[in-house]
Amino acid sequence: MTLDNALLPFLYMLAAMGFILAIKWLGSPATARRGVIVGEIGMLLAVVGTLLRFEVVNYQWILVAFFLGTAVGIPIAYIMPMTAVPQRTAFSHACGALASALIGTAEYYKGLNQGGLTNVVMIALIVETLLGFLTFTASMMAFGKLQEVLAQRPITFKGQNFVNLGVFAAAAGIGVALIVSPEQTFLFPIFAALALLFGVLLIIPIGGADMPTVIALLNSYAGLSASAMGFVLNNKLLIVAGALDGSSGFILAIIMCRAMNRSFSNVLFGAFGQLQTTSAAAGEAKPVHSASPEEAAQILDSARNVVVIPGYGMAVAQAQHKLKEMFELLSRRGVDVRFAIHPVAGRMPGHMNVLLAEADVPYDKLWEMDDINPEMSNVDVALIIGANDVVNPGAETDPKSAIAGMPIIQAYKARTVMVIKRSMNPGFAGIDNELYYRDNTLMLFGDAKAFLSSIVKELGALAKV
Amino acid sequence: MGAYEFDLWVFMLAAFLGFQLIRGVSPLLHTPLMSLTNAISAITVVGAILLTGEREASTLSRILGFSAVFLAVLNVVSGYLITDRMLKMFKKREPEKK
Repeated sequence: MTLDNALLPFLYMLAAMGFILAIKWLGSPATARRGVIVGEIGMLLAVVGTLLRFEVVNYQWILVAFFLGTAVGIPIAYIMPMTAVPQRTAFSHACGALASALIGTAEYYKGLNQGGLTNVVMIALIVETLLGFLTFTASMMAFGKLQEVLAQRPITFKGQNFVNLGVFAAAAGIGVALIVSPEQTFLFPIFAALALLFGVLLIIPIGGADMPTVIALLNSYAGLSASAMGFVLNNKLLIVAGALDGSSGFILAIIMCRAMNRSFSNVLFGAFGQLQTTSAAAGEAKPVHSASPEEAAQILDSARNVVVIPGYGMAVAQAQHKLKEMFELLSRRGVDVRFAIHPVAGRMPGHMNVLLAEADVPYDKLWEMDDINPEMSNVDVALIIGANDVVNPGAETDPKSAIAGMPIIQAYKARTVMVIKRSMNPGFAGIDNELYYRDNTLMLFGDAKAFLSSIVKELGALAKV
Repeated sequence: MGAYEFDLWVFMLAAFLGFQLIRGVSPLLHTPLMSLTNAISAITVVGAILLTGEREASTLSRILGFSAVFLAVLNVVSGYLITDRMLKMFKKREPEKK
């Protein structure tokens, strides 16, 4: 029944190899599913190996928890609509971080009774629980904002950064006190409460447009917390798996920041969307050109090539399936249709790609920003659906703009620009977009899904002629 | 102290390996990547099992450990399944065009 503990390290090593290969194979769509399988095998080896350890004698609670976790996990995985992927991701970060924090808490109280809370263990424990607790509440807040249970607009108040840093400093200070003398048990609940509070405060000023960065960062924290647990338990597998997750989230966060030309501290403490709301009203009166679905369909039909630029608005309107129908019809009529994806389009890294893949758009038609921009001046029609800031030429031309210097998809270079938009309200960053007032820009006012349906109908009629 | 120094080396090397691996992942797959690494980091289930299954675990340990096993298994199961569900959708060319 018990596994010889000499064999266990090798099982764990195999599991770690599985995880490394899983990420390696996820690198390209051709091998990605193989990556998931090898990751699952790694997890299975680790779990079975752990269950067979001689220290583990009491199985009933473990098995009940296994059953419950599976019973809740499977429906989540299959029922959840693809548009809810950002929320689900935030939620799972919260679960993972809470698991870490709870284990850390239990290890602390266990160590008080049984000894073993050396300085090194305490440092790891404090890092584990600090990151675990703060990531838990921060991820739940992010979940609430993405699920629109909470307001998506950033909430700011005077002295916010001061308060936030103060709470963090207090938590860190108490953490240090606990490292120095772990027997001050009354400090631990205060420490946990401050970490939980800091997580909430951290997300309050975050707006929807910054979610991709924040989600990536929380992903990283959850991983680092798991890694810290590896130090507490002296388990290399946890250290490796946590470090892989930690570095992954960190890199994604860097990519997101770069795609917005902003720094970490600016995202976390900048309260984006606040200062610009005042200037938004200025542009209302300027004239725009608008077009009907009929006209839009004709323009698309007579184009040689079309680049579609989707944004969060496409996800909100669930327009990806209609978009795919339009793509089909146009392709059949000999129009070359591509999709240009900005790294921060949507609410998490890669959000648009998943939605378009769900609608069966072949992924070789999805182009990255840096690849499509050099070709934009040869494009007949740029069709923008629910994107705003990522195509705002103000980022290149107006040094005073809140998004100045942010790399954009250069839709304005196309011969004709069409923008499907509900109204002239500015986007999430609250910035007016001069693109809408250009002579070669046509505004297509309406719900993205409804408008695309009309375009599809018109294209169908054209095809019959 | 030696053991922890070794652990730090492991962490450092794994983090660098992670940076290299992730940089090779196409932006196309960033969402599945995040859900996969999230499932992988649910390896904390190992710590949770050890805590819950001990012979003389305290009531506190058992309650917290039980909750942690539940949360971690939830992440493992839903994480891997969703990643696979997403990856299945990524196809190169449309099946057949008339």
